Amino acid sequence: MTNALTIASRRRRRHDATGAARQRSRSVRPPWEEPPTVVGQAAKGLTLGATLAVILVPLWIIVLTSFSTPGAVNRAGGLVIWPDGLSAETYRQMLNDPTVVTALMVSLGITVVGTAVSMAVSILCAYGLSRPRSLGHRFVLMLLIITMFVGGGLIPSFLVVTGLGGYGQWWALILPNAVSVFNILVLRAFYQETSSELIDAARMDGAGDWRILWSVVLPTSRAVTAVTSLFYAVGYWNSFFNVMLYMPTDSQKWPLQYVLLTYVNRGNGLPGSVNSGFGSAHAQTAPLSLQMAVVVLTLVPLVIVYPFVQKHLRTGVLTGAIKG
Amino acid sequence: MSTAAPKRPEGPARLDWRIRLRRDRSLLLMTVPAAALLLVFNYVPLFGIVTAFQEYDPLVGVWHSEWVGFDQFQQLFGDPAFWASMKNTLYLSFVQLILFFPVPIALALLLNSVMSERIRNLFQSVVYLPHFFSWVLAITIFQQMLGGAGVLNQFLRQHDIGTWDIMTDPHTFALLVTSQAIWKEAGWGIIVFLAALSAINSELYEAAAADGAGRFRRTWHITLPGLRGVIVLMLVLRLGNALSVGFEQFLVQREAVGHEAADVLDTFSFYYGIATGGYSYGAAAGLFKSVVSLLLIWGANTLAHAFGEDGLYRK
Repeated sequence: MTNALTIASRRRRRHDATGAARQRSRSVRPPWEEPPTVVGQAAKGLTLGATLAVILVPLWIIVLTSFSTPGAVNRAGGLVIWPDGLSAETYRQMLNDPTVVTALMVSLGITVVGTAVSMAVSILCAYGLSRPRSLGHRFVLMLLIITMFVGGGLIPSFLVVTGLGGYGQWWALILPNAVSVFNILVLRAFYQETSSELIDAARMDGAGDWRILWSVVLPTSRAVTAVTSLFYAVGYWNSFFNVMLYMPTDSQKWPLQYVLLTYVNRGNGLPGSVNSGFGSAHAQTAPLSLQMAVVVLTLVPLVIVYPFVQKHLRTGVLTGAIKG
Repeated sequence: MSTAAPKRPEGPARLDWRIRLRRDRSLLLMTVPAAALLLVFNYVPLFGIVTAFQEYDPLVGVWHSEWVGFDQFQQLFGDPAFWASMKNTLYLSFVQLILFFPVPIALALLLNSVMSERIRNLFQSVVYLPHFFSWVLAITIFQQMLGGAGVLNQFLRQHDIGTWDIMTDPHTFALLVTSQAIWKEAGWGIIVFLAALSAINSELYEAAAADGAGRFRRTWHITLPGLRGVIVLMLVLRLGNALSVGFEQFLVQREAVGHEAADVLDTFSFYYGIATGGYSYGAAAGLFKSVVSLLLIWGANTLAHAFGEDGLYRK
């Protein structure tokens, strides 16, 4: 067992090293290529810069507005583009707002539980289908792939979930979409590449398939585990349509995205907001900086996780695209 | 653990299925949770399609609802609202195909010509990011930039140029949703093209350069042919999804821009099916869409094969 594990880690290190070397060699201009022209370089730089700006400037404006004082928002006539008066007051206010805090907890809960369920189910299924010539794996694989092309559609799915008593239930937000066949195919493709020497060595040591999955396959495929977890977690974090279907009126169960839709996108007043002047009696739209703080809040978990997973994204997507 | 499982043979020799079952039972057991979830939430709804041929009544369920044959479809095909959403779907799909599809290819070509590793990595991390935003978030961002109270109109108002609320203007809605789609997904779309570009043999470029081919001729004669397979595959997928132009995107904006501009087949099915309780009517619209989509993907794939490409699968 230990023997197999050391081979696994050595193999991983070697893989990283060759990858890095290949990446470095690409950043040198080949000798046969024409030297770059000034106009060409300028046009290229401008296009790249403009593309980045289109994505980053809106985010900058929104984050800045969320950190601005009411005075700064007034002076700017709305969204703040240059830093004027900064304060974190809005965030204190937001984290005292029961609607937002409940929604944050609901979102975190659904995302954590949902991702755990999805990953457990997908990892098991992917490994179960990854061993060559195992009994019945073609049939199960077919069963999975068919669902990528044929589906009952929105209304039959809705009727099945409500028929099982899912209306207003937490599981209705998780189980119907817990399995992504795409993610299973990505995981499976990686598990198939786990060296058969390693697996045979572990089998010689008396390990069964559960043990092999846990001690050999999972430790050697951390990158793909990270990427598929991100895909699932983002799916749960971003979902709002199933809330619209299964708990549209129960605002205590609304996740953050639905709060964002209702109170920011559609501009309804935040009920029970602590700021004087727009209690539920008035139902006025929340102040702009507070709205923007809610936008930022939906971004925060993503921005925390993204840097760790980002370098693996390419591998995850390509494996799925090619083998799927 | 102690019973050494028989090794899975390399050759064609087949073991008796009972031995294989004994050997592979853990593997089969592992697939059960996922298969069970798919059976309940993907296969059972397939039988729910029968509601499209009924007058479904939630009080009595699928088993006791009245059968009406093709009445729902007859009504559907005579419904101007259905044809309006069909027209919107096809129009939006067409606009996206023309304006969206080339963007990731162009970005990938551009990025591929950048030598600096650091710039390439920075660019990729930024342009992939919006793919992970929800549609609610992406549209809220657009609203804050282009909406009635957004940055653009703030500027216009301060300079007395008049205002233009792009977010609620049905005339420019097609361009708006296409730019939203480009903003959110075009960056993510470059991944497959970048991979195809890096798979092109660099000796081809060297040989072409030695023969005197310049930058543009190399792009035309080596790069684009190298991308052909991926481009065709992406086109097949795009055509197969022509009737799904982005459900959540339209759901969020339907209120602001009005249903004449924002209703597509999916939202039609939702609003007429679930929101107003006409389950069978919505299911009929959904079934119609599924069948046409399958035909489209089959047709696009056949076309790809006719052009000598793989498409979704090898011929």
